[in-house]
Amino acid sequence: MNRYAVEMSGIVKRFGETAAADRVDFAAGAGEVHALLGENGAGKSTIMSVLAGIYRADGGDIRVNGQPARIRSPKDAQALGIGMVHQNFRLVPTLTALDNMVLGEKRELWRGKRWRSGKREEIEAICRQYGLPFPIDIPVGRLSVGERQRVEIVKLLYKGADILLLDEPTSVLTPGEAESLIGTLAELKKSGKTILMTTHKLKEVMQAADRISVMRKGRVVAARRREETSAGELAELMVGRMPEGADAPEPAEPGGIVLAVEGMTVQADHGGAALRGIRFAVREGEIVGVAGVAGNGQRELAEALTGLREWSGGSMTYRGERMERASIRSRIDKGIAHVPEDRMGAGLAGSLGLVDNLLLKSYRTDDRFRFGLYRKRLTERWADELARSFDVRTPGLSAPVRQLSGGNQQKLLLAREIDRRPKLLIAVHPAQGLDVGAAAFVHRKLLELRDEAAGVLLISEDLDEVLQLSDRILVLYNGAIIGEARRGEADRERIGRMMAGLAEAGKEAAG
Amino acid sequence: MDFYVYLSLAAISAGTPLLFAVLGGILSERSGVVFLGTEGTMLIGAVVSCIVFLKTGSLWAAVLGSLLSAGAAGLLHAFICVTLKANQTVCGLAITLFGTGFSAYLGKPVAGQPLPVAVPKLHLPWLEPIPFVGRIAGNLDLFVWMSIAVAAALYAYMYKTSWGLHLRAVGDHPAASDAMGINVTLCRYVHVTAGSMLMGLAGCYLIMAYSPNWIEGMTAGRGWIAVALVILAGWNPLLALLGAYLFGGLDALGFRLQVMDTGIPSYFLNMLPYIVTIAVLMAAGWRNRGKLSSEPQSLGLPYFREQRF
Amino acid sequence: MTGRETTAKSAGRAKPRGFPASRKPGYEIRYDPMGKAVWWLPPASIAAALLACAALIAMNGMNPLVVYMKMARGAFGSAFGISETLVKAIPLLLCGLGVAVAYRIKVWNIGAEGQLIAGAIAATAATVYLPGLPGPLYIPVMTAAGIAAGAVWGLLTALPRAYFNVNELITSLMLNYVALLLLDYLVFGPWRDPNGFNFPGTPVFAPEQQLMTFQGTRLHYGLLYALAAAAILWFALSKTRWGYEMKLLGSNPLAARQGGIGFKRHVTLVMIVSGGLAGLAGMSEVSGVAHRLMYGLSPGYGYTAIIVAWLAKLNPWAMIPTSVFVGGLIVGGYSVQSLGLPSSLSSMLQGAILICLIAGDTVGKLRIRRKGE
Repeated sequence: MNRYAVEMSGIVKRFGETAAADRVDFAAGAGEVHALLGENGAGKSTIMSVLAGIYRADGGDIRVNGQPARIRSPKDAQALGIGMVHQNFRLVPTLTALDNMVLGEKRELWRGKRWRSGKREEIEAICRQYGLPFPIDIPVGRLSVGERQRVEIVKLLYKGADILLLDEPTSVLTPGEAESLIGTLAELKKSGKTILMTTHKLKEVMQAADRISVMRKGRVVAARRREETSAGELAELMVGRMPEGADAPEPAEPGGIVLAVEGMTVQADHGGAALRGIRFAVREGEIVGVAGVAGNGQRELAEALTGLREWSGGSMTYRGERMERASIRSRIDKGIAHVPEDRMGAGLAGSLGLVDNLLLKSYRTDDRFRFGLYRKRLTERWADELARSFDVRTPGLSAPVRQLSGGNQQKLLLAREIDRRPKLLIAVHPAQGLDVGAAAFVHRKLLELRDEAAGVLLISEDLDEVLQLSDRILVLYNGAIIGEARRGEADRERIGRMMAGLAEAGKEAAG
Repeated sequence: MDFYVYLSLAAISAGTPLLFAVLGGILSERSGVVFLGTEGTMLIGAVVSCIVFLKTGSLWAAVLGSLLSAGAAGLLHAFICVTLKANQTVCGLAITLFGTGFSAYLGKPVAGQPLPVAVPKLHLPWLEPIPFVGRIAGNLDLFVWMSIAVAAALYAYMYKTSWGLHLRAVGDHPAASDAMGINVTLCRYVHVTAGSMLMGLAGCYLIMAYSPNWIEGMTAGRGWIAVALVILAGWNPLLALLGAYLFGGLDALGFRLQVMDTGIPSYFLNMLPYIVTIAVLMAAGWRNRGKLSSEPQSLGLPYFREQRF
Repeated sequence: MTGRETTAKSAGRAKPRGFPASRKPGYEIRYDPMGKAVWWLPPASIAAALLACAALIAMNGMNPLVVYMKMARGAFGSAFGISETLVKAIPLLLCGLGVAVAYRIKVWNIGAEGQLIAGAIAATAATVYLPGLPGPLYIPVMTAAGIAAGAVWGLLTALPRAYFNVNELITSLMLNYVALLLLDYLVFGPWRDPNGFNFPGTPVFAPEQQLMTFQGTRLHYGLLYALAAAAILWFALSKTRWGYEMKLLGSNPLAARQGGIGFKRHVTLVMIVSGGLAGLAGMSEVSGVAHRLMYGLSPGYGYTAIIVAWLAKLNPWAMIPTSVFVGGLIVGGYSVQSLGLPSSLSSMLQGAILICLIAGDTVGKLRIRRKGE
């Protein structure tokens, strides 16, 4: 097979000043699973989005099946047989799977019963052919994540896609569901489909991919066939140097209990319980990691502990005091710190500068506002020193924070929280979207905090992060803690099984 | 018995402009664009239809005039909100303020002139034997039937046709719709403009059938009540029917009570529609707390395809 | 490739093509949210609006330039004109400051008109129900009453928003109509001056119930209220804890919540301040200008104030010049009546200015690119 299904040469895509894709060349053949490997921000999603017509390339050529192609919109991509499954699904949550799939079809104006059942049969046939079942007449918003992904894939196949683009497909799946997906990919391969997937998980790449292109900082640095390479070589190519062996942290010496939670019950947004009577404790000088696939109650856990969400039942004892009904303010003032998952959406005020953002937790102190009046000089000096000590690079103290890179934003958040000398820090997926250097900085700071006899609750869907830092690991599944392990006892397989629950994924996971 | 018949007729008559305006608002908001220019657009429709009628003597020319002028206002709103992606709330407000001033400016020469207009009634004598309902339904004018037809047509459009599905999808999740090849921009433009045309029609009916002479600001807040009714009707055209006639009834009731000399000063009776609007919104807010709303999820948010997630 | 043909047939879709249909070359608008707002926007919007309305004036058979010159001369061309303009600017500034505070945290208070009327009614009530007060006490009492009533009227909008999530835009608007009807009731009913000739209203206030005026003009001491309010508001917004909380809420309410800054509390507070300022405007109108409560008290100051605020980009100091400018527009509108044009020309202009402002707001953030680039 000499002709490639997809060929991209010299693709350039700029966002403002930075080039997310910087003269990228790569090619994938038909019937092949091609992995785009790289860290966050390497440019993989950008390339896929260009192929899918969502972004328009600023330069370069694309060829599909040997013919030059101009992809200016998702419609163009669709016409060429290209379809994409995004990380955050493009499904209208209030419509059923059926409605979502027939969206965009213009031929029939009237949609009566007969028309619908005809469509239903078509779709079910595809589901059967590739082994991707899901309920077809329920609003998609109520399906589980795994089911929704299947809807997305079948949607592409229904529209006649031959080139399937999957953006970080396993990032939202349990290990079991991920295995099942890899099986599906093999089926699709057999029908001659070309599959392009982005990922940063080496294990899956070695399992599923036929060829691999490694990207770093917007360029393709290497292309290999799976047989010719190894996980080690790929890892090195991904980061550009031998990855710093993460120093195993010193063993912890936990002290008294900082946080004790009993029977914690919290409601989810759409009815039902997000947390069902869980119970755990965090001590001074220890990092407790909470592992689990996103959507099992992690967000509600963080929100309820920090006062952003109400408790339906249970108690929270912080340093001897009952706090489950305390206001957000009093929690902050008593030393509970929070690094939220969504740093730009919920953590920082993007249009404001460094100083205003740093002030958020400490503006009620006399150091910052005496007699109700702002102490400008003092505060600006404090902010400057703080930013420096946390290595936050910024063009100026009042430059809008949204212009900072993800790493600097996260450092800013950490600076703000840690400066208050908290006794309990709740960090949710703190290294999300950060490059290796920034992530290492963040982890170092967490360990420092632990060594200064504070308690850290690390809630993260990144299992590696949790395994590396935690002294104790709790696994959260479907609103309950179904397992616990100490450092040293924990291994990926065991925790992965717990993350998937005691029963198989599917109905159970829908919760 | 007669009292209730006349009350119902008055309620329907008062409710019809509301109905047109609410249906227009539903169209626009279902595509995800908030349109607060209802009051101004209704005034523009009213004044233009008045002027056209005085010049041509033709009711239908007047209707056309109101449709075109209101459509222009809607087009402007769509341009500013969809293409320029500006703040939809303030834009709608600006259109209302402009529409109020503009209509006063245009209408000054014709203010107070009674219009010799006769809106054709649809006499259906074979309905009269039916008690109560028959006497009402047998004597409604053309516009009322038109408004009911439009409500039914919109319902069928939104829930039974593919274009209606596109509309709902765009309002709930424009990114997904875009990925499926729907032209979000076009959909929003079309529906905002069509919606504003309905609002112009509301103004036209107000002056042609309900109160045939031009007075500055004659809508007296009806446009705003219509905005509230869109929310109360849950963005559903059939519920809009109900809501519009109920509020029309409040209007009519207030007038009747005045005439009946109940001793309550007319000013307080006239406050009824406004206070009831607030009260009903509060009740709805109380009932819906914590529930998933039927509000189009992308309402008020401009759509950018190139958003980085 | 056999794979594709088979799939296409089985799915019944049109065969995928290699080339999309060719498109005309052209330009398109792309959005760059990082762009900065441009400083020349307010003047440019005014110019654009003047241009647009010029077309309408021309259709009436008049020369727009002549009309505009008349307006300018009427508003600023004489001592009388200037004092009239300033008289109009006072309530505009007060109401503008009020609505700007609310808009900073995206609370859309359109109820300044009703709050103004509430303040006016309360101030008048002091003259009606407290006839025996010692002279110098009247102004302070009326001022306090005006502010309090306006604040309460604003609270009526805040509470449904805070506790029932009712859109404050609609609530505040409905309350405007309620306030107007209340005014009508009082002025045609229980408080009506039995000897009144022209406009229906209450009897004229006693001299100690009227705000003093500057030497021989109609310009009254309400000006001091307005300027003081601007200064106090600027100070509060930039130098106090409350100002910081407002900044955070305006930028990112979610992040503000992380810091313990509660939206409900601030909506309430903001509407009290907003309403109070408008109520003060009402008191100053009734005590300083009309010297009585009368029908048609406000020619829409509450609505016009929105334009004043937006033109100033919600900045307290900038509102001083913009309130004077818009005041001049109103006065100019009266003076064109002698040319045969309706005074609503000025409200039409105001609306056009706001439209251009909104449209132009995003101009700094848009780039024009050739298609396909």
